[in-house]
Amino acid sequence: MIPELGQYALILSLCIAVLLGTVPLVGAARSNALWCGFARPLAIALFGFVMFSFLCLAWAFYSNDFSVVYVASNSNSALPWYYRLSAVWGGHEGSLLLWLLILAGWTVAVAIKSDNLPDDMRARVLAVMGLIATGFILFVLFTSSPFERYLPQSPQDGADLNPLLQDFGLIVHPPMLYMGYVGFSVAFAFAIAALLSGRLDAAWARWSRPWTNIAWAFLTLGIALGSWWAYYELGWGGWWFWDPVENASLMPWLVGTALVHSLAVTEKRGVFKSWTVLLAIFAFSLSLLGTFLVRSGVLTSVHAFASDPDRGFFILALLAIAIGGSLLLYAFKASHVKSESSFGFVSRETLLLVNNVLLTVACATVLLGTLYPLLIDALGMGKLSVGPPYFNALFVPLSLLLAISLGVGTLVRWKQTSGALMLQQLWLPAVLALIAGAISLVSLPEFPGVWVSVGLTLAWWIVFTGLRDLFNRVRAKSSPFSAMFKQSRAYYGMMFAHVGVAVMVVGVALVSTFSEHSDLRMEPGDRKTFNNYEFVFERMDKVDGPNFHSDTGVIQVLYKGEPYTTMYPEKRLYTARNNVMTEAAIDPGLFRDLYVALGESLGGDAWAIRVQYKPFVRWIWLGGLLMTLGGILAATDPRYRKQARRDIAAQSA
Amino acid sequence: MNPKRKKRLYIVLFIVFGVAVAVGLTLFALNQNINLFYSPTQIAEGEAPTDTRIRAGGMVVDGSVKRAEDSLEVMFEITDYEKTVSVHYSGILPDLFREGQGIVAQGELDGQGVFQAVEVLAKHDENYMPAEVAEALEKAGKMPMPSGQEFNK
Repeated sequence: MIPELGQYALILSLCIAVLLGTVPLVGAARSNALWCGFARPLAIALFGFVMFSFLCLAWAFYSNDFSVVYVASNSNSALPWYYRLSAVWGGHEGSLLLWLLILAGWTVAVAIKSDNLPDDMRARVLAVMGLIATGFILFVLFTSSPFERYLPQSPQDGADLNPLLQDFGLIVHPPMLYMGYVGFSVAFAFAIAALLSGRLDAAWARWSRPWTNIAWAFLTLGIALGSWWAYYELGWGGWWFWDPVENASLMPWLVGTALVHSLAVTEKRGVFKSWTVLLAIFAFSLSLLGTFLVRSGVLTSVHAFASDPDRGFFILALLAIAIGGSLLLYAFKASHVKSESSFGFVSRETLLLVNNVLLTVACATVLLGTLYPLLIDALGMGKLSVGPPYFNALFVPLSLLLAISLGVGTLVRWKQTSGALMLQQLWLPAVLALIAGAISLVSLPEFPGVWVSVGLTLAWWIVFTGLRDLFNRVRAKSSPFSAMFKQSRAYYGMMFAHVGVAVMVVGVALVSTFSEHSDLRMEPGDRKTFNNYEFVFERMDKVDGPNFHSDTGVIQVLYKGEPYTTMYPEKRLYTARNNVMTEAAIDPGLFRDLYVALGESLGGDAWAIRVQYKPFVRWIWLGGLLMTLGGILAATDPRYRKQARRDIAAQSA
Repeated sequence: MNPKRKKRLYIVLFIVFGVAVAVGLTLFALNQNINLFYSPTQIAEGEAPTDTRIRAGGMVVDGSVKRAEDSLEVMFEITDYEKTVSVHYSGILPDLFREGQGIVAQGELDGQGVFQAVEVLAKHDENYMPAEVAEALEKAGKMPMPSGQEFNK
């Protein structure tokens, strides 16, 4: 009964989404306040029904209703309740319902938090969100309903959730990632609404900035969580694989990062408007493309649950309509947009332009590397894959250029700076960065190569240019120290995000260079020494979990000859589907991780064991967390609310 | 040309130059890092190049996996039920590596026709068959199981 209610609620939400996508749009076009006024209640109703539908599915999982096909194929009565609930988004159908729920969530958030918007703008934004929801509800209802039943004969127990996904990482990674993906739909909706109304001004940029920042923060967090999950769960100790699915999330992030910066220029200086709109369109289109790549089964990976040509075709059609439609609108409307000011060659605008160009180029290279194999395959020219060296060869230099321009961009002024003034600002941070970089290099065990040296120096460069900027802001104040704590929240947001970049650069550079790993054949009593750490393989134990049997290795770790810790890497056999899974044992630390994973039994008492030493690997995710924090701080700056009130007053005056 | 236009021209030239360099480097890097897939039949018939990084895939032949006594060296054979190729690998095999399982290996073909793998991939689902392998098997008309229904469902 309950799954049918869920299905019914989903059908009702389709009707509401259709109304939301049309009525306010017509109302805004005809300046009909009544019709515009429907936007808010419809958005709330949409959220209510989608939420109800989602809860019905969650209930089916919680109560082990294996007559529902989707539950039976993704859950099992032996699963603990929290994994049963997170199994809701463990497969294709449920993760789409989650996508939808988050879309409805963003829609209702815009509806509630948009007191500052003019009525017609709000109506248009919500209507565009409604149109997107219409497309996706249709997709769920027609190709991937999670509520279908096995009737009259239903299985006694479920097939179990993929063991890789029985993990805390899966509980949090998809919702965060989707919050980011779908969050860009708000920026997209604002861009489309602005194009429709012809009001591409600073006020529009100001309205969409906090939404874009918060979506970007979620996406950053989602990607960082995914990387962390892959690191500890896949058993390889790698943190980024240039897997097409990872690329699918990285592309919207790169364009989203460009968008965040371009919006800043549009708001402050009234330039780059059409570019900003284009970025907003692309950020969301790439999110859709990501969903298509991951869900259609054209890619094969952990994330591709099922390959069903209908689904792929449906998403492709949605993609074509969304991208084609918005670009068509852009083509008609963007030519009327005029810049409100100009800027000199040496100015913050130019540096942000460089930032945008670099990020867009980076995104284009990732896109090429990701789609090229698909294209060649579709043309029947053979099967191939593009290896990580391609991405590294392009990404490393681009990131370093980005880091250079980041430092300069922080210190140059808007509009126009003289070259002399810029040099006067930059020389001290440059010298300090070179000194600090040299000290860092000397303190490393060996020379790490040119790229890493440049990377470390540039991390210091980002830090010192940031400090210089802070110093400039406070030195004229009567009490410079307390002025440091009185900067705007958006400013601290920027600082955190930029320091996050520096931290991540350090992590990536060091872990890529100084990681040590070896695959060993070990029998009880065997030892292996790495950097003062000695690993002693003691024995294997048998341990039983709720839905698995485990062979657990006991590995004693000595630090400089003294007992330090014991690590327990596992090999688990999940009984429902006879899946074997590696659970790595990790001893985390701010400056290094110890990582031990079991291979297979080699007969007798011998096991294949992989031992790894990973310096500074945590810094990669720490950098991601700092960026996330920065995005949230910037989005919650009270300035947006105050200024928005003034905009309304100005418009109604 | 007035100064404003001149400045714009510089900016445009700068961007065009940057894009050209980026595209050039990109295509070069792409060319260097493409790994083509070859089926065991193609390898056995000498279609695959030696000493170049390629991918090879097939089903692991039952009873072919031979481990060294004192190291992680392992030899096994992969097949598309038409031809068979020996694979040599040193290291830890993935969880889903089993005899009768579809795998994809990345590495180089040596002069003796043995595939020296540096990476062995078996994906995360026991019913999963790598798409390349499935296609190669279908081409050879050797898809196992009732018309391959059990795989990739």
